[in-house]
Amino acid sequence: MTNPNSGSDKAVKDFLAEAEEIVDQLAAELADLADSISAGEADPDLINSIFRGAHSLKGISGMFGFKEISELSHHMENLLDCLRLGKVPLDNTIMGVLYECMELLSEIIRSIALGGDTEHAPEISACINSINACLDHDKSQGDAVSPLNLLGLPERVLSSLTEYEEHRLLDNLSRGKRVYSVHASFEMLSFDTDLATLTDLLKGFGEVLSTLPGVGENMETHIDFDILLGTSGQIEEIGWSPANGSVVLKLLYAPAAGDAAPVSSAKEQHATPPDKTFPVAASVAPVPVGTAIAAGMDRAVSAKSVSRTVRVDISKLDELMNIVGELVLAHKSIADVAGEMLNEGFSRYAVDLGKAAKGLERKLSELQGGVMDIRMVPVGQLYEKMSRIVRKISREQEKKVDLNFYGADTELDKLIVEDISDPMMHIIRNAIDHGVESPEARLKSGKSEKGSITISSYQKGNHVVIEIEDDGNGIDVEKVKKRALQQGLVDDVDNVSDRDALDFIFLPGFSTTENVSDVSGRGVGMDVVRNNIAAISGMVDIRTQKGAGTCFTITLPITLAIIKVLVVACVGRSYAVPITSVLETLLLKENEIETVERREVIKLRDFTLPLLRLDRFFGLSAPAADRSSESFVIVVGAAEKRLGIVVDDLKGQQDIVIKSLGEAFRGYRGISGAADLGDLSTILVLDVAGIINEARHN
Amino acid sequence: MKSKTILIADDSAAMRTMLVSSIELLDEYRIVEASSGFEALRILPHEKVDLILTDINMPDINGLEFISYIRNNPNYRDIPVIIISTEGSQKDIDKGKQLGANEYLVKPFEPSQLQELVRAYLDQPVCHP
Repeated sequence: MTNPNSGSDKAVKDFLAEAEEIVDQLAAELADLADSISAGEADPDLINSIFRGAHSLKGISGMFGFKEISELSHHMENLLDCLRLGKVPLDNTIMGVLYECMELLSEIIRSIALGGDTEHAPEISACINSINACLDHDKSQGDAVSPLNLLGLPERVLSSLTEYEEHRLLDNLSRGKRVYSVHASFEMLSFDTDLATLTDLLKGFGEVLSTLPGVGENMETHIDFDILLGTSGQIEEIGWSPANGSVVLKLLYAPAAGDAAPVSSAKEQHATPPDKTFPVAASVAPVPVGTAIAAGMDRAVSAKSVSRTVRVDISKLDELMNIVGELVLAHKSIADVAGEMLNEGFSRYAVDLGKAAKGLERKLSELQGGVMDIRMVPVGQLYEKMSRIVRKISREQEKKVDLNFYGADTELDKLIVEDISDPMMHIIRNAIDHGVESPEARLKSGKSEKGSITISSYQKGNHVVIEIEDDGNGIDVEKVKKRALQQGLVDDVDNVSDRDALDFIFLPGFSTTENVSDVSGRGVGMDVVRNNIAAISGMVDIRTQKGAGTCFTITLPITLAIIKVLVVACVGRSYAVPITSVLETLLLKENEIETVERREVIKLRDFTLPLLRLDRFFGLSAPAADRSSESFVIVVGAAEKRLGIVVDDLKGQQDIVIKSLGEAFRGYRGISGAADLGDLSTILVLDVAGIINEARHN
Repeated sequence: MKSKTILIADDSAAMRTMLVSSIELLDEYRIVEASSGFEALRILPHEKVDLILTDINMPDINGLEFISYIRNNPNYRDIPVIIISTEGSQKDIDKGKQLGANEYLVKPFEPSQLQELVRAYLDQPVCHP
């Protein structure tokens, strides 16, 4: 068990999924912690939860033999343990160290998931050194006599407090807070929802320090709980009115005016009301309760549904999708047989069979929809990662950046979400590195000190659009032109429109920055960004205004799993064009074709549409006699990047499950995959984005 | 026929998978899993549990509170309890033992260590504190 290879594959997958989840949660909670510090006070529950994350990660990584993760999380856990036990004060240096550890953990997990064996020893020891530097400040005061014994807590409660709970209790006492004990008795059948409701209610008053289950009078039907609550106000009533369950509140400790010593005898407020409502009577000082109660009750209702999810490997969904695809084909054969039977006179059976096939078709389409739905995840999943990047880079670059998100609910295929995260990350890095100016420069040019990056997602027809917009310096188009010429990437820039010039930044090797920073500016990247986006049938477009900012627009198909295609014919062969890429189709007459700069074009309304003949593109030739005088143009692309692909015939639309051609044909120009058709033949699917790019650059 | 039942309480699914797969190698015991202290409390009245493996750091109620409940309830008082914890939690482990836990295992451990312990408690009658 101490060797990563000894666990089963499933166990390792479980580990990776959980480790990733833990690190994602660490990231979110660190962000919340940073917010709570800037709001004045660090939330102890949050620190404890982060500690628990590091602790779990250490536990499972140790068991699975991932030594690097276990070592790093062990040290991280130490630091967090000191923080939560109040041995080390939380400051910005420590926040920085925690972020650093979390980033490194995420990096290591990713490299394990990719099957790499990269060593991270130097980074890990750097992190550990930073942690140790923080711990040097550990000013443990040694074990003082515990004032807990003076609280009059039952031994049973005292003995089951963890070290952390003990610390929280002491911390509450030392801050002069009141400590209440709450004794509740619930029916066995519904205790978890009842207790969750009560806990949420109590959290509206202060900190729930511990929850100890106990045995009451009716131990067969009931379960009791002793809860410790720390609060700054006096509790008048908690507004408890569930259908069953009695709750007794008891004040254990209240600070005397000017004196912080625990009271030795507890003042008891006992009430088990006959009407089962519970106004706990007390004498003074009002506590803000109303809203807390309402919020508490609402949250409790949903407490149960939180864990009703199943984690599924996406390859299982792919398999399901394939089966659905094959069922669709099987259905088509049945429908065909029904059609033929009708033609040959078996009318009664043919009609029945036809009806059954229709019913099957409806159910199949529901099944298809259902499987598709499972694959969909909200784009918001990416936002957390992006905010981590922004925080990290803006810290490194000493720039101030506000990050805004819109449309987190927009849904996309899980695989696309995975694949789009790297390109987005790169665009954001560039935006902070090259776009957003330093605080001083921004103030000088009359902008606010803080830059802003806005990421918005929305659905547009069969596509999802993700926009990444900054309010930085914009891209200097003249500089881009000059640079492209200097680097010999283009021969002539005089006749290039600004819009086309922006496209140069996607050329391999292009960079306008003189200095290479850690973040970006090495001139590798934007071409990779575009290729990665094209690989998932997406497109990227830039708008920029000098001095005002830049906006990258990424347009993606909602899913790649099942797509509707237009089947076209060219020199006797069939090809499939994803319908999401098709803007319109036209009948082409040879006499409409003009030639501009040695390229064939046609006039399409107010627009000149460049043409690409598919037969020439693939090098297909046919005897002149076979050529039809009429052909068709499929208009593909977006905005000003439209292209007309010329084919011989249009054969209709069909749903296909796209399959990869495998490593051997990877990178084959113009083809993105293959699919089965209903008649048991196969068809190649055109890579429209690739064809557009190639046509533009030749 | 697997006649004895082991209850595993741990909030980490990966950890539970690891514990379950180690014990399943013995092919002798039924296993019931709980992902929180609450869930463990909920399961107890419905299962005849012969051995409990519990983590200490769990959300809702922690492992110590869970052990305290078991030892105070006459129905479950005699079920042996093994704490599964990480190093560095020694204070909590000690408290757990005071509360009546029979044994503890510190992660990382070998499957054989766990299997031996499980066997020791389930294959022969033992005295519980």
